Amino acid sequence: MKPRRLNVSGFAVFTAALFFWEILSRTRPELQSYFPPPSGVLRALAELSVLREILRHLIETLGRFLSGYLIAAALAVGAGVILGYSRTAYSFFAAPIELCRPMPSVAIIPVAILTLGIGNAMMIAVTVYAAAWPILVNTIDGVRHIDRTLIDTGRTFGLGRWKILRRIALPAAAPHIATGLRVSLPIALILVTTAEMVVGASGLGFYILDEERSLRTTNMYAGVAAVALAGYSLNRLFVAVESRAMAWHRGASGKGSRERE
Amino acid sequence: MNPPEPILKVEGLSKNYRQAGGESTPAIDDISLEVQEGEFVSLVGPSGCGKTTRLMCIAGLAEPSAGRAVVKSVEVAGPPRNLVLVFQEYNKSLFAWRTVLGNVLFGIESKGARVAGAEAKAGRLIEMVGLVGFERHYPWELSGGMQQRVAIARALAYEPEVLLMDEPFGSVDAMTRLELEDGLLKLWKELRTTILFVTHDIEEAIYLSDRIYVLGRRPSRVVQTLDVGLPRPRNQIATRADPAFMRLRNEIYRRTADGSAE
Repeated sequence: MKPRRLNVSGFAVFTAALFFWEILSRTRPELQSYFPPPSGVLRALAELSVLREILRHLIETLGRFLSGYLIAAALAVGAGVILGYSRTAYSFFAAPIELCRPMPSVAIIPVAILTLGIGNAMMIAVTVYAAAWPILVNTIDGVRHIDRTLIDTGRTFGLGRWKILRRIALPAAAPHIATGLRVSLPIALILVTTAEMVVGASGLGFYILDEERSLRTTNMYAGVAAVALAGYSLNRLFVAVESRAMAWHRGASGKGSRERE
Repeated sequence: MNPPEPILKVEGLSKNYRQAGGESTPAIDDISLEVQEGEFVSLVGPSGCGKTTRLMCIAGLAEPSAGRAVVKSVEVAGPPRNLVLVFQEYNKSLFAWRTVLGNVLFGIESKGARVAGAEAKAGRLIEMVGLVGFERHYPWELSGGMQQRVAIARALAYEPEVLLMDEPFGSVDAMTRLELEDGLLKLWKELRTTILFVTHDIEEAIYLSDRIYVLGRRPSRVVQTLDVGLPRPRNQIATRADPAFMRLRNEIYRRTADGSAE
């Protein structure tokens, strides 16, 4: 399987929708303050002053996103491997995890404001909180489903618990971990943008809301387009990296084991 | 003249599983055996007589309910450093994320610090198991027989003094099985590793071994010890046609049949 090709029919539907929007917006000028024509949004993006402004905010957003996402990944993978491997640890934490996980993560924003103020730390903290859950749960799941024989293989080769975690459990659970990381990617971006809307003085979330309040609807849409494009690109990038790194797994699971041929 | 101290000694080893009521079955199925350095010894018995369980205990991967295993005068408590187990389920035991070379290197790396010339050594082992050209392949790209050869090469890369093998050829087809048997004998001859080989295939046990411990079905304890004494190198056609081979086979068949009839 090669990396996904562009989905032509899906792309056509998307273009048609934009086209329909364009027509509707142009024929009904009274709607334009709510739904400016897409061509207008594009023109705004092409304006150097707007573009520069958006890029500046995009960099802020991406910085927070990356900090939050990477911290979440490190914490959740680490904790997940241990919780997945140790029955004792799992028995202590399984219930709290199941209680906290379904809570919509944005509900933590007021708590974060209260304890961390309205700076970067707070925005990154809520991102970490939200992005950690899918990674944690998938990592635990991946490690728990490792075949006993694989662990025993490590033991018969004289590996201690820690080395088994690092050299066997971690790579064996990697496909599950990757799934968690992929699910978390848009969640992290959602939380960054939301936090920026609530408390930010910069970032695309702030920009979108600020332009809306200033009745610069076209710029607002340009900001929305930018954050959408960022999310889309990040996901494409992730999938590309994942399909390279997990090539062994796609082969192993796709073709199945070939014994008894 | 006393025989030398055996490299592996199993004394009254049994492993019982607690039943639903909490009572464990009485320990009447203990086994005792001895393996001298450099020997190829088989433990042969019918399926379901607990061969794998006992082997897990010897490998230090499970705790026996009674008795003990002693490797080089040290009682087994946890996996011994100088012993490695080759599992029947090679497809579950190989590291799917590592290539053939990577899997074999794991055996070397597990010995301790990264050894100089590790890749050359892994390359030699890969050559010995006949997988030259497949170094960069992943396990799933190989047939079952080839996968088990990778697992054997990985185990030998660890340079164990004792190699335990749990029905290693139990899940490959008959033709491949014969090839793997000959391959194993060649490796054993070159490396002189002590091997304890578990199988339910009587002929396989005779073909490979110096000595055979025969397990009965119930109680599953050693019902007979046989010295094979067939000349080496062995040959799939000549050895199996040897009248001594037939005699041994019939003897073992009779003993295992007795065991189940009782």
